[in-house]
Amino acid sequence: MIVWNTSVRLWVQLQTAIHVTCYHSADYQRISRLRTNTKTTGERLTQHEGIGAVELKGAVFTLPVLKLHCTDLDAIEHELKVHLARGLSFFKHAPLVIDLELIKEQQGEELDLPSLVSTMHDMKLFIVGVRNANPQQAERAVTAGLAVLKGGVTQQEGAAEKPANAELPVATTNIPFSGHTKIIYQPVRSGQQIYAKNCDLIVLSSVNVGAEVIADGNIHIYGSLRGRALAGVSENTKARIFAQVMEPELAAIAGNYQVFDEPNASRLYGKAAQIYLDDNQLVIAPL
Amino acid sequence: MSRVIVVTSGKGGVGKTTTSASFAAGLANRGHRTVVIDFDIGLRNLDLLMGCERRVVYDFVNVINEEATLKQALIRDKNDNNLHILPASQTRDKDAFTEEKVGNVINELRDSFDYIVCDSPAGIEKGALMALFYADEALIVTNPEISSVRDSDRILGMLSAKSQRAIEGEEPIKEHLVVTRYSPARAETGEMLSLDDIQELLGIDLVGVIPESKAVLQASNSGVPVIRDEQSKSGQAYQDMVSRFLGEDIPMRFLDAEKKGFLKRIFGA
Ligand SMILES: Nc1ncnc2c1ncn2[C@@H]1O[C@H](COP(=O)(O)OP(=O)(O)OP(=O)(O)O)[C@@H](O)[C@H]1O
Ligand SMILES: [Mg+2]
Repeated sequence: MIVWNTSVRLWVQLQTAIHVTCYHSADYQRISRLRTNTKTTGERLTQHEGIGAVELKGAVFTLPVLKLHCTDLDAIEHELKVHLARGLSFFKHAPLVIDLELIKEQQGEELDLPSLVSTMHDMKLFIVGVRNANPQQAERAVTAGLAVLKGGVTQQEGAAEKPANAELPVATTNIPFSGHTKIIYQPVRSGQQIYAKNCDLIVLSSVNVGAEVIADGNIHIYGSLRGRALAGVSENTKARIFAQVMEPELAAIAGNYQVFDEPNASRLYGKAAQIYLDDNQLVIAPL
Repeated sequence: MSRVIVVTSGKGGVGKTTTSASFAAGLANRGHRTVVIDFDIGLRNLDLLMGCERRVVYDFVNVINEEATLKQALIRDKNDNNLHILPASQTRDKDAFTEEKVGNVINELRDSFDYIVCDSPAGIEKGALMALFYADEALIVTNPEISSVRDSDRILGMLSAKSQRAIEGEEPIKEHLVVTRYSPARAETGEMLSLDDIQELLGIDLVGVIPESKAVLQASNSGVPVIRDEQSKSGQAYQDMVSRFLGEDIPMRFLDAEKKGFLKRIFGA
């Protein structure tokens, strides 16, 4: 009973983001780094005491929003697990905002926020705040240690405001493409995951079996692709995957995926090749 | 500057403890003050392989819990004054490990030793993560089979993400590949992965190839690291490995299957 219905829709929704301007919030990574420092090297913080142990900075983040359709935690958990199993895993450890717009609570059926937080935490999904909360919900969110976010325009909503764009595929036009490219110099190893957000991904080494590389843009691998590669995950149907040695476990473009459990399925398997989308069909072509 | 070296693999039973014992004994034999720590809480293997199980009074967990000093817990090797063992405990108290407490012990060891060898348990759970956390270098022990190589790949990923060096953004852990239980004959017939395959899959430098040999089991049954068995191929291969680790450039040995029979000797190769 959450908003993600099909796997393709899933990607759209994941990328449907709100922009939160944090006036007084320190950089998330900086904080977590400070935390690890206190844990591992106790002196580090004291060393900096004279300079100031923390630093406040403003930053703009794009956060994924999870819109709930009901308050039934079991149903939510079940559905999330299905999605995680389908390859939503890059989403793990990401900060997440819960949208309460559709939650009309009856007496005695209030959404149990602390349980939701811990259930999702167990799935490695970290709720950082809520949006569209009514005053009672906002109060309970604060008690549960969550931020109450005001405003924020999701990409779909943004598109709806511009009728001229309404017929275009939603996501492609609205992805803030950074123009940067994420470059990975080391092998991507089993169990590792790389996500190039809003940009292309270049791997100057191999992507090993059990590893996963994901990009909103194209993926270039100047070694062997033996793991999973998902390009154009924000509905970018023009994205492509290039590899010097194309031996993927799975390749996907804009949510259209193919599993290569039969190495001989393509004569290009093991060769230099590219994968692109032609009329919703994945095509493998030589380089 | 002392160096912390983790001996790890992901997969179980591939030869980590065998390698830890021989590696530590080899370093000590060349004059380096060396300690080898057993991180495999609950199992206690290393002390058996090193033939000092009867002399274990205090263990690593006692030291961590400050029930004993390091001095009390360290066992000196019978044959080599440069070699010390910090044994694991049989009390299955894995929760004793915290980064901070393990770090304190390692720091204290750094004062008196050149090399601190950490024998990791199998898996990618807490014990294995603790063993690798403070590593400066890693010996990745791999058998020539797909499942072992894949687990090694996984653990290499952990080294580059979960170690202190990774978290603090320092120079990455130096990784060395050790292929153990290598059987040239079976590699030749394609029954096992070849060295080239393994290196291609893992992409790290090879520091040693240890052939499959009965001498390993015999040595561990008699509580002597196999590196001290100078007659055995695996002992010699471990000697070579230590030399390469210390920077010597020596060719790999014992890679080719023994040619059997008269005709093969004439017409072979
Ligand atoms: N080169 C070798 N030739 C033959 N047998 C070997 C060799 N290396 C290790 N073995 C055997 O393999 C078994 C496992 O070795 P060892 O205990 O060193 O592995 P391990 O990786 O430490 O295992 P664990 O994951 O349980 O800690 C032992 O019986 C050992 O004698
Ligand atoms: Mg062992």
